[in-house]
Amino acid sequence: MSAVQLELEILRYDPEKDQEPHFQTYQVACQEEWMVLDAINHVKDEVDTTLSYRWSCHMAVCGSCGMMIDGQPKLACKVSVKDYANKKVRIEPLANFPIERDLVVVQDDFMEKLKRVKPYIIRKEEQPIEAGEYKQSPAELKKFKQFTLCINCLCCYAACPEYALTPEFMGPAALALAHRYNTDSRDQGLAERHKELSKPEGVWDCSFTDTCSIACPKHVDPASALQQLKIATTVQWYKELIGMGDK
Amino acid sequence: MAYVRPVSKTTWYLKDRNYTIHMINELTSVFIGLYALLLLWGIGAVASGDKAYYQFFLECLTSPGMLVLLWVTTIVIFYHAIAWFKVTPKAMPIQKGEAFVPGGVIAGAHYVIWVLFSLVVLYFAGVF
Repeated sequence: MSAVQLELEILRYDPEKDQEPHFQTYQVACQEEWMVLDAINHVKDEVDTTLSYRWSCHMAVCGSCGMMIDGQPKLACKVSVKDYANKKVRIEPLANFPIERDLVVVQDDFMEKLKRVKPYIIRKEEQPIEAGEYKQSPAELKKFKQFTLCINCLCCYAACPEYALTPEFMGPAALALAHRYNTDSRDQGLAERHKELSKPEGVWDCSFTDTCSIACPKHVDPASALQQLKIATTVQWYKELIGMGDK
Repeated sequence: MAYVRPVSKTTWYLKDRNYTIHMINELTSVFIGLYALLLLWGIGAVASGDKAYYQFFLECLTSPGMLVLLWVTTIVIFYHAIAWFKVTPKAMPIQKGEAFVPGGVIAGAHYVIWVLFSLVVLYFAGVF
């Protein structure tokens, strides 16, 4: 197995010692089949145990290892070291989030926004259990299925210039999830979510750079969800204007 | 304490190629805005009923500076339209049964409508 030499420049920050972050360089002899996450794991296990970062599943499902790799938000478990063979690679924590320590970011802002969009099925009135399950056709499922694939890795927030400039912006993942529930045939919460979504910091702060969709490792296409939300929010606004607001 | 990285409010769009492309697209709106003002001026000149003023407007249209502006505007309108037509399938996906209509069909429909409208405008302008 031939080795791939990688020069990792990792941004380090210890809140108890450092005034500001700094880069630390590690030379790593990687195996050819390694992902960047494996190289970082190697540093942690064999070279510098003080390095902090998040990871879990190593198969692009948990969404924990989102980080800036050569300036682009990516899942470290999904990027091959061969893409950076014999090069210097900068590894930084996800952009647009405060740094907790090293590659770990503070996610509180996203968690709070996620709650605000009510990402769950809302019913005006629950039907009795005897009535059975809420049925849904394959076509109805297809309408929003793509938007269920989000793993909350936050790569889209790191890619979004609007979120960088206007931190109040609800951001791609939270809004894509709002759209996922709004378009679910079993849901009746559009009017309830509309209050949050129609605020300036809701859908209207999105300037459609499409960078969230480019960055998304799961091809959720949050930019598409946001543009569809803009249309839905506008329709809802007119409906409320003429007293037909409810879904 | 968590460290917040500074973000430049003035040079952020130079940081990433996609941001720069987006800003170029946004910048095209300036020329389209200027052209809209020019049209308003033209309508105003016609509505004034003052033949000399309208003649002055027409002469202005053929001045070298104005010709440059009109050519630049024509080019950026194409750039602007193509950039937005390209992303229309994202904003207005059409589902038929379980499948979605291919994005190319939705974007293509916009080009067809654009051409049809242009032909109507050219017809009323007396080109045909």
